[in-house]
Amino acid sequence: MKLIKYLSFALVLVGLATTGISHAGTLDDVRAKGHLQCGINTGLAGFAFTDDAGNWKGFDVAICEAVAAAVFGDASMVKYTNLTGKTRFEALKAGEVDMLSRNTTWTYSRDVDLKLTFVGVNYYDGQGFIVPASLGVGSATELEGASVCIQTGTTTELNLADYFRSNGMSYEPVPIETNAEARKNYLAGRCDVYTTDRSGLAATRASLDDPEAHVVLPEIISKEPLGPLVRHGDDEWGDIVRWVLNVLIIAEEKGVTSENVRALAAELQKDAELNRMFGTTDEYGAMLGLSDDWVVSVIAAVGNYGEIFETYLGVNTDIGLERGVNALWTDGGLIYAPPYR
Amino acid sequence: MSNIWTDKKSRQIIIQIFVIVVVLSLFGFFVRNTLNNLELLGREASYSFLFAPSNYDINQHLIEYDSRSTHLRATVVGIINTGLVAFFGIMLATLIGFVAGVSRLSSNFLVNRIAYVFVEFSRNVPILLWILLWHGLIVHNMPHPKQAMAVYDFAFLTNRGIYIPKPLLEPAFWGVAAALAIALAGAYFFSRIAKRKQELTGKQYPVYWVNCSLIVALPLLAFWLLGFPAQLEYPVFKGFNFKGGLVLSPEFIALLIALGVYTGAFIAEIVRSGILAVSHGQTEAAYALGLKPSLAMRMVILPQALRVIVPPMISQYLNLTKNSSLAIAVGYMDIVATIGGISLNQTGRALECMSIVLALYLCISLSISAFMNWYNKRISLVER
Repeated sequence: MKLIKYLSFALVLVGLATTGISHAGTLDDVRAKGHLQCGINTGLAGFAFTDDAGNWKGFDVAICEAVAAAVFGDASMVKYTNLTGKTRFEALKAGEVDMLSRNTTWTYSRDVDLKLTFVGVNYYDGQGFIVPASLGVGSATELEGASVCIQTGTTTELNLADYFRSNGMSYEPVPIETNAEARKNYLAGRCDVYTTDRSGLAATRASLDDPEAHVVLPEIISKEPLGPLVRHGDDEWGDIVRWVLNVLIIAEEKGVTSENVRALAAELQKDAELNRMFGTTDEYGAMLGLSDDWVVSVIAAVGNYGEIFETYLGVNTDIGLERGVNALWTDGGLIYAPPYR
Repeated sequence: MSNIWTDKKSRQIIIQIFVIVVVLSLFGFFVRNTLNNLELLGREASYSFLFAPSNYDINQHLIEYDSRSTHLRATVVGIINTGLVAFFGIMLATLIGFVAGVSRLSSNFLVNRIAYVFVEFSRNVPILLWILLWHGLIVHNMPHPKQAMAVYDFAFLTNRGIYIPKPLLEPAFWGVAAALAIALAGAYFFSRIAKRKQELTGKQYPVYWVNCSLIVALPLLAFWLLGFPAQLEYPVFKGFNFKGGLVLSPEFIALLIALGVYTGAFIAEIVRSGILAVSHGQTEAAYALGLKPSLAMRMVILPQALRVIVPPMISQYLNLTKNSSLAIAVGYMDIVATIGGISLNQTGRALECMSIVLALYLCISLSISAFMNWYNKRISLVER
């Protein structure tokens, strides 16, 4: 497990040393390969998990499927590479994956120094803490001297250090590689607290035998805007991933769903933006190098943003997350997309 | 022209030059390609990040360190942690190796078989599994700090590690250290004088007992005279964890035991082969001269066995040190986990960090190698 991860990491390094990095034309590369290579989590309930048939599914995986649908008209033409917090950026930079959709926080240094392009935000998150209810802890400020399990190589590691320092508290960091191992160590009592993004905490809590015995503390100690990203150097490819995310959001705003999209696209709509998206009046798809009805393929394959959220994370799932700040801007949330014109 | 090729000597030179050119150009190709690709990515190799704050905490640091310290300091913390586990790992492996190796030769059937099973079982399971197994055993089976297993209220065993009292030294403790230094120097001179006297007169002195009591008694005397200038800070359970004292983390213990047991099994076989390599006639000859069995072992057999034992032992020590990089599996913060792990990941400087890790392991391995080669030369047979 660990060894394999390290080997793959070494392979990425070797890849960096040996392969020429294609500077432009990721779209052409993807078309030539016949599939999209998408970097996803090694496993996080709701965001990236395998269903009963062994296929990768989830909130982040749906973005990969949507991009595949946009490029090929077929959401199944995507292969996945599971990446840890540590290996993800090297894999993307070395061209091992075409894009990353792996609950990754958009930060200044990743954007600027690591030379990655975050194309948008698909989930507004924040870092929180989960503790066993039996500890009787009601607030993160009571965690003086606690042992804290933390996924190494993530922004949460840095937030944690900042939070405890600014509150003048001491703690023992217990560094761990994946969510699954963090869960194991947390349950064994190696640490008192597990900290990660609150969506991840909800997902982890849902997967425990007795979720009621664990509480997520009220404090949110950071801003964690999660979103898909691509490497610098190919703006056209970045535009494709960006607008795939945007049309998912616009579709929800306009009430376009996976069920009604084909019917709506069949005839001319009063709403001119819908006609542009469906390619019935203008040829916007060609500007991206895609077919004119690419939006129809995307929505028909994965549904709109709201549908994806409800399928994998919503209140009717085991994860049970409210839309909260991830509601549409029209509903008082932060989810907003520029106009398709 | 055909002369050059048919001549054995010049042909060898030509082939060697050819091989060197191929190897160097291959190496050059990799380096050039890497630099080229980095340039395409718009990045150049720079080590300036080492002086920026690391922003992360490390649970085990023997020197002052917090999240405001630099990446360089985090690297030093990693080096110390690697050194710590490698040093104690080598001690433990050598101890286990000698005990198991000698037991393998025991004429006692039970001792012999136990050692045999131990050796075969230990060295035929991958070390990574040993590390994970020990870590799992400690974390899952030891009690939570609240129900800590107390050993005479002195040490506490928990699944967060073993807590022991920490000696707090007062300035006057330097007197004790000085006494120890004097005792060591005295012991050295006494053994030299005793040896010379023995060579001149044949009279034997109780060097071992005199030196032992000197080394133990003098510092103790100083400690008493200076009014006990040290105290013990006991670990106390407070809130979530024990506070104060020293803690051996489960990660450190798991790594130490796994490295010690695994490498110890290999060393056992080396020790056994070394002892068997000394012909039985040597033992008989020593007895015939009237030497006691313990003296025969110390003066006759061991010096000869060591000559066989030490060279393969060097490579076992090197293996142990390099295997300690598997610490990453349980999150022990060694070189690989600090500069090669978190620093690498938070700064994104993969090539720079990996080159530092590479250079550090090379330095450590070469130092161990140099020391052991010096020792090997010292004990090797001086032929006249």
